[in-house]
Amino acid sequence: MITEALVLSAILFVIGTFGVLVRRNAIIMFLCIELQLNAVNLSFVAFSRMFGIEGQLFVFFVMTVAAAEAAVGLAIIISIFRHYETVNVDSFNLLKW
Amino acid sequence: MLSATFLFYLFAGLAIGGAIGVVMARSPVGSLLFMVTTLAAMAGTFVLLEAHFLAAIQIIVYAGAIMVLFLFVIMLLNLGHDYQKDLKGGAFAVVSFGVIGGIAGLMAQQLGATGMQDGPGGTAIDALIAEHGAVGAIATELYTTYVVPFEITGILLLVAIVGALVLAKREV
Repeated sequence: MITEALVLSAILFVIGTFGVLVRRNAIIMFLCIELQLNAVNLSFVAFSRMFGIEGQLFVFFVMTVAAAEAAVGLAIIISIFRHYETVNVDSFNLLKW
Repeated sequence: MLSATFLFYLFAGLAIGGAIGVVMARSPVGSLLFMVTTLAAMAGTFVLLEAHFLAAIQIIVYAGAIMVLFLFVIMLLNLGHDYQKDLKGGAFAVVSFGVIGGIAGLMAQQLGATGMQDGPGGTAIDALIAEHGAVGAIATELYTTYVVPFEITGILLLVAIVGALVLAKREV
């Protein structure tokens, strides 16, 4: 079961990476980042079957960081939407050089 | 019939299908609903891996709170119309899918070759759950060994609340 869970985690992480690279909608990019975090959570839980309960505690912390990241990120998206009237990331090039 | 292996593959299929739906869905709302499917299926795999408390907070915090926050923002901004400009062009997509798919294949091959079994941690967790219960097994470790990281997490949440308020306020 551990091997299968790790393979599933790798597949989900790859799909999340693909989504971040391909989609241009900022909110869907955020969703794909959440997907990547979840894939890592799954591999933490799988490794906790080998190395002890610390893996499950790390998932706890990762979930807290994900919640904080979602709140701040969505606030940034709202703030950007007020200025540009879009959430397509190709429209924002203020930080590009 | 409903063996753990069968259930695992069922949840794995649901999770992968939902993840593909997140990437491929045209509107953000559809993407979000597929994400909820993936999160629920992953909660199922957490239960199969004996992480009952994490499965519960996966549903409550992720599928409940965070996804509703996303949905709220999508509805507030009235998005979901221009999905044509939303996708990055064909050649880039094919190349990136090929590269990261190859990396994932290599990883899966390596992991499959090692063939990890239920190690000493599994039996230790089972003993902890039998002694303290599913929540107590995590709580004893969290409030003794890892109490300082736990407190720092509280400060992180406070900073996130203040940051979100400052960013989303109308006049900065």
